[in-house]
Amino acid sequence: MYIVVSIAILITMVLALVRALMGPSVYDRVLAVNVFGTKTVLLLAVIAFLYGRPDFLDLALAYALINMVGILAVLEFFQNRSRLSQGADSD
Amino acid sequence: MIDIAIDIVSWVLLTLGGACVLIGGVGALRLPNFYTRIHAASLTDTMATILIFVGMMLQAGLSLATLKLAAIMLFLLLTGPTATYALANAALLSGLKPDADTIVGKNRADARG
Repeated sequence: MYIVVSIAILITMVLALVRALMGPSVYDRVLAVNVFGTKTVLLLAVIAFLYGRPDFLDLALAYALINMVGILAVLEFFQNRSRLSQGADSD
Repeated sequence: MIDIAIDIVSWVLLTLGGACVLIGGVGALRLPNFYTRIHAASLTDTMATILIFVGMMLQAGLSLATLKLAAIMLFLLLTGPTATYALANAALLSGLKPDADTIVGKNRADARG
């Protein structure tokens, strides 16, 4: 049963990668990378139960922390850049 | 008897969670607009996380793994919608209009005008 869930998560990760490669705007790519990171956490947790090794749950927890901070940092960067470019246009 | 019931419930939850993940992924790829894609992607952030983690918690029973699973689930449920909100807020502030080129938005503007 875990193998079905992990295959579904892997398919979703591939679809998110396709969206990240062909996304029209920057925010589509950030959204796809966010989905990819969240699904990585889910996949690590499912693999921990698939192979019967609960140590992987620590990796999933660490990856969740890193993913959250990374997405917020990237968003802050692009938001500031778009504000700066808008200010430059209005000047 | 109780074990079989718990197994069945957790398998149903895991299957539903996998279906939610798959639907969200297809929606994030196929929907036409950025704000509709964010809607589909946030489905996988909350609903699929709850279903899959509760299913695995039922399989783990009372152990340290259940505590870790609860911690990961709580953290994902706190940060996923926050990241989605920050993403939508950043896109809106940078000038990406919600219904710029869809026919529904055009008709609504005509009806209002």
